[in-house]
Amino acid sequence: MRIVCPFCGERELGEFTYLGDAKPARPAAGASEDDVFDYVYLRDNIAGAMSEHWYHAGGCRAWLKVTRNTLTHEISSVEPAAGVGAAKVGA
Amino acid sequence: MKYSIFSLARAAFSGHKTWQRTWRDASPKDHYDVVIIGGGGHGLATAWFLAGEYGIRNVAVLEKGWIGSGNAGRNTTIIRSNYGLPGNTGFYELSMKLWERMEQDLNYNTMVSQRGVINLYHSDAQRDAYARRGNTMRINGIDAALLDLSAVKKMMPFLNFDNARFPVQGGLLQRRGGTARHDAVVWGYAHAASALGVDIIQNCEVSGFVRDANGKVTGVETSRGKISAGKVGMAVAGSSSRVAAMAGLRLPIESHVLQAFVSEAIKPLIPNVMTFGAGHFYVSQSDKGGLVFGGDIDGYNSYAQRGNMSVMEDVCEGGMALMPMIGRVRLLRQWGGIMDMSMDGSPIIDKTPVDGLYLNAGWCYGGFKATPGSGLVFAHLLARDELHKEAARFRLDRFRRGAVIDEKGVGAQPNLH
Ligand SMILES: Cc1cc2nc3c(=O)[nH]c(=O)nc-3n(C[C@H](O)[C@H](O)[C@H](O)COP(=O)(O)OP(=O)(O)OC[C@H]3O[C@@H](n4cnc5c(N)ncnc54)[C@H](O)[C@@H]3O)c2cc1C
Ligand SMILES: [Zn+2]
Repeated sequence: MRIVCPFCGERELGEFTYLGDAKPARPAAGASEDDVFDYVYLRDNIAGAMSEHWYHAGGCRAWLKVTRNTLTHEISSVEPAAGVGAAKVGA
Repeated sequence: MKYSIFSLARAAFSGHKTWQRTWRDASPKDHYDVVIIGGGGHGLATAWFLAGEYGIRNVAVLEKGWIGSGNAGRNTTIIRSNYGLPGNTGFYELSMKLWERMEQDLNYNTMVSQRGVINLYHSDAQRDAYARRGNTMRINGIDAALLDLSAVKKMMPFLNFDNARFPVQGGLLQRRGGTARHDAVVWGYAHAASALGVDIIQNCEVSGFVRDANGKVTGVETSRGKISAGKVGMAVAGSSSRVAAMAGLRLPIESHVLQAFVSEAIKPLIPNVMTFGAGHFYVSQSDKGGLVFGGDIDGYNSYAQRGNMSVMEDVCEGGMALMPMIGRVRLLRQWGGIMDMSMDGSPIIDKTPVDGLYLNAGWCYGGFKATPGSGLVFAHLLARDELHKEAARFRLDRFRRGAVIDEKGVGAQPNLH
């Protein structure tokens, strides 16, 4: 698997680290316990195309939003995770 | 068919042409008291315990491919009970004790080999952590010995003891740990369960659940037709989320790929199972002579039973750091399996919120050693509708209650467990 970073070009997988499904969104402060539980613990665990967050640690250090098929590892799109990646890690 | 020294001798005299199939390849009936989805080690063990221990014999195991085609036939065969947290410690020791009598129980040679499992340590902090783990084990009646450098040198003189960055300082040894032949475990449970009347049905993929007006699960839809069931137990490992989704459930699980590697055969070298504590590399040697080794999961969600080169490289680097001479050995085979990574790294064995549906999942990369224990406690749950005392903490609602069992202490990030 290689990821075509929008900033650095095609790079080997070992340069990237993985956060996971890009869909779960951090609940607003004061959200219910159910919403927080859902966000922290439950996953769709999709078999098929999934949008996910990857970090280009060995390159530009940008958070990326990669759409990848979990059944085949085929990548259909890579875009910068503007704001989203940062928000995900609490920055 | 009963195996013994006499049956072996008899078959030998007839040129081994008289052996019969060791288990019955059944066709589905209309109804079973219990239907188990998944013909891996856990599903088959559950069926055997249900029939043998709990007297429920009208049982079917439904497998979408052939039995053992999932992780049961893909793992690196390590068995051990060196866990540190309440919940895990007792459960894995229960399982270990069942390994020690498995061959007699099943009348099948599963090649259980208690050659010892040693975790090497490379720093003072790691030694302290292993001492603590060893003490936890001993308090719970499990064997553990903390070895110093000279003891490790005597046991494994071939290691690289000149590694300045990650010096080998000693190791935590569980002598009763070791390996077992994974395929034989599958066939052994199939053999013993089938003899008690359990139907093992292959090429039978579950595609949906049959529910009554109250939502209770009363059967399954399969590629070989509808099958009605008193209770349905899921033991589908890496496919847990997909099967649970058919009942409208979302699980605290991600599916990830773990790779295994086997080298060409060499003369006997590695006397035990050992792990490199400074990276992630573990190795044992098969009876055929191949080095069987592995490391971390690849780290991204996957249902493709294959991994990538960067992890292969990382694993091999770990091996080279420990035993530089294996650089001369050629890699023969490599494959992947799909792990049901739970959010705290520990398993889930519980009823689900859906009436009639029971869950056995979340084994991560360590469920082979759990096979007999998992079969016993899951059968207990299915038969009695109550949790077995050694599995009482593996509840599905523990995440919501904050009662997680997180051996690694990394939180809800499955690719780090
Ligand atoms: C490379 C690798 C190395 C490992 N090393 C070790 C180790 O050294 N020690 C250890 O303790 N553990 C190890 N494990 C983990 C261990 O193999 C698993 O945790 C364990 O095998 C899971 O239980 P199982 O045997 O029941 O799973 P599986 O054998 O995966 O059984 C699940 C079965 O369900 C079937 N199934 C799925 N969906 C359906 C459906 N819809 N209908 C019907 N059937 C279905 C599958 O085909 C499969 O056969 C390793 C795993 C891998 C991949
Ligand atoms: Zn980049």
